[in-house]
Amino acid sequence: MDHQAGTSRRSLLKACLVAPWQAGALEAKSKVVIARDPLLQTSANSLDSARLLRTLDRALQSFYACDSPIEAWKRVVRPGEVVGLKVNCLSGRGNSTRVQLVEAVCERLQQAGIPQNNIVIWDRLNRDLESAGFRISSRGIRCLGNDTSGYENELSIYGNAGSLLSKTVTRVCDAVINLPVLKDHGIVGVTMALKNMFGAIHNPNKYHVNVGDPYVADVNMLPAIREKVRLHICDATTAQYEGGPSYMPQWTWPYNGLIVASDPVALDYTGWQIIEHKRSEKGMKTLKDLKREPVYIATAADPEHRLGTNDPRRIERVEV
Amino acid sequence: MTLDRRNFCKAAALSACAGGLVPLLAASAQEDDARFTVEAKFYEKLPYKKTKCKLCPRECVVDDRERGYCGARENRGGTYYTLVHSRIATAHIDPIEKKPFFHYYPGSMAFSVATAGCNVNCKMCQNWEISQVRPEQVRASYLPPKQLAEMARQYGCPSIAYTYSEPVIFYEYVVDAADAGHAAGIKSAVVTGGYIQQEPLQKLCRHVDAIKVDLKAFSEKYYREIVNGQMKPVLDALVAMRKQGMWSEIVYLVIPTLNDSDQEFQALARWVKAELGLDVPLHFSRFHPDYLLKNLPPTPINTLERAKAIADSEGLHYVYIGNVPGHPAENTYCPKCRRAIVERVGLTVTNNRIRKGKCPDCQQEIAGVWSA
Repeated sequence: MDHQAGTSRRSLLKACLVAPWQAGALEAKSKVVIARDPLLQTSANSLDSARLLRTLDRALQSFYACDSPIEAWKRVVRPGEVVGLKVNCLSGRGNSTRVQLVEAVCERLQQAGIPQNNIVIWDRLNRDLESAGFRISSRGIRCLGNDTSGYENELSIYGNAGSLLSKTVTRVCDAVINLPVLKDHGIVGVTMALKNMFGAIHNPNKYHVNVGDPYVADVNMLPAIREKVRLHICDATTAQYEGGPSYMPQWTWPYNGLIVASDPVALDYTGWQIIEHKRSEKGMKTLKDLKREPVYIATAADPEHRLGTNDPRRIERVEV
Repeated sequence: MTLDRRNFCKAAALSACAGGLVPLLAASAQEDDARFTVEAKFYEKLPYKKTKCKLCPRECVVDDRERGYCGARENRGGTYYTLVHSRIATAHIDPIEKKPFFHYYPGSMAFSVATAGCNVNCKMCQNWEISQVRPEQVRASYLPPKQLAEMARQYGCPSIAYTYSEPVIFYEYVVDAADAGHAAGIKSAVVTGGYIQQEPLQKLCRHVDAIKVDLKAFSEKYYREIVNGQMKPVLDALVAMRKQGMWSEIVYLVIPTLNDSDQEFQALARWVKAELGLDVPLHFSRFHPDYLLKNLPPTPINTLERAKAIADSEGLHYVYIGNVPGHPAENTYCPKCRRAIVERVGLTVTNNRIRKGKCPDCQQEIAGVWSA
């Protein structure tokens, strides 16, 4: 019998422990792992790939309490699955998901039994992917925008969100690993795990009103997204505390970290606090003062959505 | 104009041709984004390459490489562009009554075009497949203004109608096409939600000949929750159109439970009477479930009749019921002698007795634009 994640009673129980909100175990905590390395960046905007891989390994091993990174990745994916990597490429090479991080994830996925052909790097547009340093490809590890894969013809609806979903999500991928960037957003406050899923729909421009609330939460409730996104690895190598989502180098700082969680709400809440802390250090107003507090994070945690927790008492923040 | 066999056949043939317009044009038009991209007329440049759109009341502040709410305008390096100039997502030849215009060249055909995009997101939108998508997400054709005007002329359409999605978001194209149309003897009629700022509206009125406004409801709550917009700018736009002498008609889509109370109908009618006058045609249209409002039933006909009765009782001269083919409230009645002067069945004018803009029976002036 193949004892992969979720196939045995034991695995099921373990899975429930790392995704407590899904099991309704209100007393359990959502784990958010922050792995940092002060030497991660060798120079401005240049990453040490080897150190980045080790940082990723530390984060995954800590998150899944595993002795080896491969064992941890096997908790995320099963051999034979098609795995999508949702990157965030709107900021070009300045502050998009780093190519080196994606390469590190691809390396570990292959070691965990996912062949190259079953890995798909994707975002909204080919143009955006290319501007962030990715190469559009339909062979080996695929890399394509939704403008190539297309959108479904039938609306997917939840709450105030009614969208056509990317076929990469609905038809190509069995699982999605979300790879957002830790940054400020001039309209909705911050953009990390939850907001990155706007890249899976055809009409993100419609959902920035009212500070993105409840749209960000509603989009994450669309069944294909909710069911397929398994893990969030937030690229916080360089973070941005103002002026986002465009790359504004004067408001970035080398956080030199990765933030890993399976609970996108806990991850976003944690990342938001990191940004607020930096803003405070810089003598800047809070996002609430600027009327762009990311209230969608609380909405995502409410009883109607239950996408995770934004209660700091229920977030286990682990720094490694 | 009576719809005789000859006119019926002509209209049918034109409509059949129209269905093929876009595919015929599409062959060479898809790949070249640059020809659709024109700098926007109304926006401000902000620090850090941001732009603020000044076309509609939303005033989107847009980062570099991002788009506004409409999805049809994009900031590229601090300059704001429309991406839909001459980028036709659909084209048809329709009776002008389909818009509906009932007092503007009744019985004529309108060469009707739309691009992708819209500046609101109405939950009941019947054209959401083009209005709620980005330009590159639908098949499109390159149809520059002069060519559009020439096609309208070739197909015997006295008007171009900018319709289906939201002409405000393809403003630059509307203006250029309207000018090209006038040079070719073709009028321009705009079908809009009226969600536009005053300056661009006033300039638009210098280029086009008629505007039909979808007034979605008479409450801000509805605009906020169902339309994703605001009502007041729409009312301001209607008043501004009237002051500029623009021929305008109003459609009010009646949706069960959402905007169908007696109080709302009465407030609407009183506002129209006070701000626009008695002669503005007001169409109460029947709702059919679509897009994000599939949970509600079609509007009961007696609800529409109730709306009309309330508006009639306020003294409005031309109150219609739409989307109910064969209903007597599709006809135009002389406000003085009450006789039918334009008879319609569905989108077809079956008898137009207006002569030189007057009732043939009592010589009452009938508001509108009557002779092509």
